Amino acid sequence: MVEMIAQTSSLSIEDVMQQVAEHKGCGTSGGSGKASCGSSAGQGDLPTEIWEKVKNHPCYSEEAHHHFARMHVAVAPACNIQCNYCNRKYDCANESRPGVVSEKLTPEQAAKKVVAVASVIPQMTVLGIAGPGDPLANPAKTFQTFELVAKGAPDIKLCLSTNGLALPEYVDRIAQYNIDHVTITINMVDPEVGAKIYPWIFWNHKRYTGVEAARILSEHQLRGLEMLTERGILCKVNSVMIPGVNDKHLVEVNKAVKSRGAFLHNIMPLISAPEHGTVFGLNGQRGPTAQELKVLQDECQGEMNMMRHCRQCRADAVGLLGEDRSAEFTTDKIMAMDVNYDLEARRTYQEAVEEERQAKVAAKHEELAKLAGEESDISLLVAVATKGSGLINEHFGHAKEFQIYELSTSGAKFVGHRRVDMYCQGGYGEEDTLETVIRAINDCHAVFVAKIGGCPKADLVKAGIEPVDGSAHEFIEKSALAWFKEYLAKVASGEIVHVSRGDAQIRQGALISAA
Amino acid sequence: MAYKIVSSQCTSCSACEAECPNVAISEKGGTFVIDPKKCTECIGYFETAQCVAVCPVDNTCIIDTAYPRYQAKA
Repeated sequence: MVEMIAQTSSLSIEDVMQQVAEHKGCGTSGGSGKASCGSSAGQGDLPTEIWEKVKNHPCYSEEAHHHFARMHVAVAPACNIQCNYCNRKYDCANESRPGVVSEKLTPEQAAKKVVAVASVIPQMTVLGIAGPGDPLANPAKTFQTFELVAKGAPDIKLCLSTNGLALPEYVDRIAQYNIDHVTITINMVDPEVGAKIYPWIFWNHKRYTGVEAARILSEHQLRGLEMLTERGILCKVNSVMIPGVNDKHLVEVNKAVKSRGAFLHNIMPLISAPEHGTVFGLNGQRGPTAQELKVLQDECQGEMNMMRHCRQCRADAVGLLGEDRSAEFTTDKIMAMDVNYDLEARRTYQEAVEEERQAKVAAKHEELAKLAGEESDISLLVAVATKGSGLINEHFGHAKEFQIYELSTSGAKFVGHRRVDMYCQGGYGEEDTLETVIRAINDCHAVFVAKIGGCPKADLVKAGIEPVDGSAHEFIEKSALAWFKEYLAKVASGEIVHVSRGDAQIRQGALISAA
Repeated sequence: MAYKIVSSQCTSCSACEAECPNVAISEKGGTFVIDPKKCTECIGYFETAQCVAVCPVDNTCIIDTAYPRYQAKA
């Protein structure tokens, strides 16, 4: 650390602090190859103005997503395109899961909701508009909401997520409202591929279909991306991985968006089941397996930073990613709330969260130092039950998802998460559910939990997954690396033999909030 | 002389409301309705009916046979 500071003595103290905090979900800066991001290499790291934009944005920073929360307001119901993975009759399969219909809000209701949530959840730092249609197909409602929120809650970052069709038209307005994060869903750059994903678009008062529709959409998406990055607005690109349709093609998409200055690429698995009533669901189009997704993400990782922590959340989600507190903030409840927006209290709280985050990074470095000198080709995955804050703090039976880390002698890398149905329902475990949990983390060597019962423990061992409950409430990366060091020692001594694990399933069903 | 919206099919997404050149569409009881007195089937404005073209659910904006087809004024 001393060395690093010495090397970077020409930088300001903020520059050094951002390197210490080691931000991960960070960016690329033109040219080819992945930019380093807050790594110990230090040089070429994020400029201060970009760090300020992402350090507490859970979607743009993997590091931040353990600590900071976001919310979406569903003010934009209209859409200007049709996607084969979306069924508007039952809400969008990817953004608002079927069976859980979002409450539509007016801009006034939305602004009140944002202020109310920000008062109750001080680590809520980001407001996004993501639908349930397309924000830019509802420009009046979308921009009015941003205007009202900027007045009522000036410290909140604004962002929006769009299919990009209307983007070139609205780039200047986006800049004018200080929206400094925009996500564009780009599933293809080849209209022939696009024709298999988009049956039609509505543009310039006309419905276009087939290859022509996909060509117009693709041109607008890429032009919109260029216009945004020219104006210094951070862009994330979302892509839905559809096996046999665009899976191999997404490598080309990755190159195209990287060359146009996209900051982060998020490749998400297709969510597809017949009950969603989508074209893909009904014609039996499958989603990728966990390993297929990871292989593609790893392939693109060499080109730019990949988002691995996306939860494909609802257009009205509230809370940390992976957590949904929207039921606490229905319109009825908000209208009855006595709201006191305390900017100072929010700032103090967020400073405490920042300290916690830095403690987590320091703990990881400490453990990484202990691994120094170890050499091994072994790389494996482990699953972690966590409620957030970067700690192993969830019981196995209460986990609604597991975070997945890849361990090697170069460190612990967050590579994804797996949703599961809670194993423990009302005090007793469900054997059927346990099987689905095991299938979801079947490619892992171990699962770290705060606590676990005797029965599931035995079944996990039988399935070849080691349950680890000795490091409850400790930092994830520190504990995982300590376990990995022991694992390597056991392999070296011949006590155990390292074997590779198989593939795992990505859960497809609707995730009904248990709140 | 007008289109109508099949309310059981309407997702209430509001896309048609903004596209209607006659301001004939409004929300009523949770879904959207077309005022047959104002609807011109987009004749005089666009080649195709805008509500039909933008609606995410097929066969939801349909010709209302209770009215004679709209005739553009000479």
